[in-house]
Amino acid sequence: MTPILTANIVDFISHSAEQTQRIGERLARLLESGDVICLEGDLGAGKTCLTQGIGRGLGVQSAITSPTFIIVNEYPLPDRSHKLYHIDLYRVQNAAEACSTGLEDILFGNGTCVIEWAERVREILPDNRLWVTLRYVDETKRELHFEARGARFEALLQRFRQEAFGI
Amino acid sequence: MSLILGLETSCDETAAAVVADGRKILSSVVASQVELHRQYGGVFPEMASRQHILDIVPVLEETLLGAAGAEWTALDALAVTSGPGLVGSLLVGVNVAKAIAWATALPLIGVNHLEAHLYANWLFTPAEGTNEEIKPLPAPRFPLICLIVSGGHTDLVLMTGHGQYRVLGRTVDDAAGEAFDKVARLLGLGYPGGPAIQAQAGGGNPQRFDLPRPMLKDGYNFSFSGLKTAVLRIVQKYEGRGRKPFKQRSRMVTSRTAPLLRRLPLADLAASFQAAVVDVLVEKTKRATEQFQVEQVLLAGGVASNTLLRQQMVARLNVPVRYPPPELCTDNAAMVASTGYFKYMTGERHSWDLDVCPSLALTHPS
Repeated sequence: MTPILTANIVDFISHSAEQTQRIGERLARLLESGDVICLEGDLGAGKTCLTQGIGRGLGVQSAITSPTFIIVNEYPLPDRSHKLYHIDLYRVQNAAEACSTGLEDILFGNGTCVIEWAERVREILPDNRLWVTLRYVDETKRELHFEARGARFEALLQRFRQEAFGI
Repeated sequence: MSLILGLETSCDETAAAVVADGRKILSSVVASQVELHRQYGGVFPEMASRQHILDIVPVLEETLLGAAGAEWTALDALAVTSGPGLVGSLLVGVNVAKAIAWATALPLIGVNHLEAHLYANWLFTPAEGTNEEIKPLPAPRFPLICLIVSGGHTDLVLMTGHGQYRVLGRTVDDAAGEAFDKVARLLGLGYPGGPAIQAQAGGGNPQRFDLPRPMLKDGYNFSFSGLKTAVLRIVQKYEGRGRKPFKQRSRMVTSRTAPLLRRLPLADLAASFQAAVVDVLVEKTKRATEQFQVEQVLLAGGVASNTLLRQQMVARLNVPVRYPPPELCTDNAAMVASTGYFKYMTGERHSWDLDVCPSLALTHPS
């Protein structure tokens, strides 16, 4: 069994799409230029929903919609010099294909990246990252599992836990 | 008579066309990449732009030959899609257009791809082999409501004149065409999803599954993400839920390879899904026609070639509904040339700094 409080892990059950978005919004307030958030989960697990919350928290003005069709959507962030990149690898099978879409330039650039279906390109992801696994529980509930990799995200996740859950 | 050459490379079709006075198609050539991308279940950006580079010059040559060997000097302007779309694909068209404009001194006009889809409703093809012209439908009358439905877009637009748009609503998550593609993949029906689902739905019972009609009464925005999830849950229920990884699952649900499981009623599920999408699209369009007292409704984009959508729009709306023939619903350059013509007539021109804009919108929802 996983210990109840591990420094680099936070588990959470969301009871609605709105709650998932609020979690994303809170997380977003701690994000900086160059951060990479990886989302793993089946169709309908809430990946785009969480990303919409992150966008809201970062102050994105336009609606965040599914980027499946063009793979990467970018959103300017008010008062900041970097952008939010919303990447969707649903149609990408492996790292080689992802590289040919120019993904590496974005990942190692100065934007904040949220990547759906990130597990398909594990080998080209930066070592420092926040990994979020989303799982369908029932009609309205989703399980969210946050796992930090690297000192930057361990500290971030700890702050996130304190601010969001007070523990 | 004004002749406009249109170029379109925003996604996976390389296309060129010559159109007279914004309406009459003299020549239209489309090189489709759908076979190339079938293995990816969608367009694959890098391959798309490479293929555009290979196809664009032959497509242009064929287009000019088709337009009774029109010379460059016979043309009045050049229109090219500058967005929205895939950045690498758009770049090919825009740069080729700039090169031609520079070499021929023709005016260059950048066109919004979404706007171009609407203008497919202005086009007609003269009857072949006769000098006698069939009388084309009169041009659409303003004000009108346009529904643009494709793999990348679901926009409900009020159009009060040429170039005068107000976006009433758009999708807040997945585009309608994207929902078709994703559900087709879930059901193991292949790509592109629209025709695959339509074919499968033909013999199905659309009432078998009570699928959600997301945001039906709720403004003019659309949401199709929850509908896709609802279909996934049904598929999982039939196969004993969630034990198989996703990739195997889509293969398992085809009737031949799933002997151990209760057979998924594929046709009924496809029909129920299609009915739910169409229901939402028709209902919101109908409401918009009533609120804004429009003369007509135009359908545009790839999903506008869906038969049920056309039938239901005609049957349930109280104003005339127009839609282009299927070959003009999907990406083509005649619609770009038509849009270019109406911009050309109002004096719109672009300079050498015309840039591509992958996320170009019509206007923001007001």
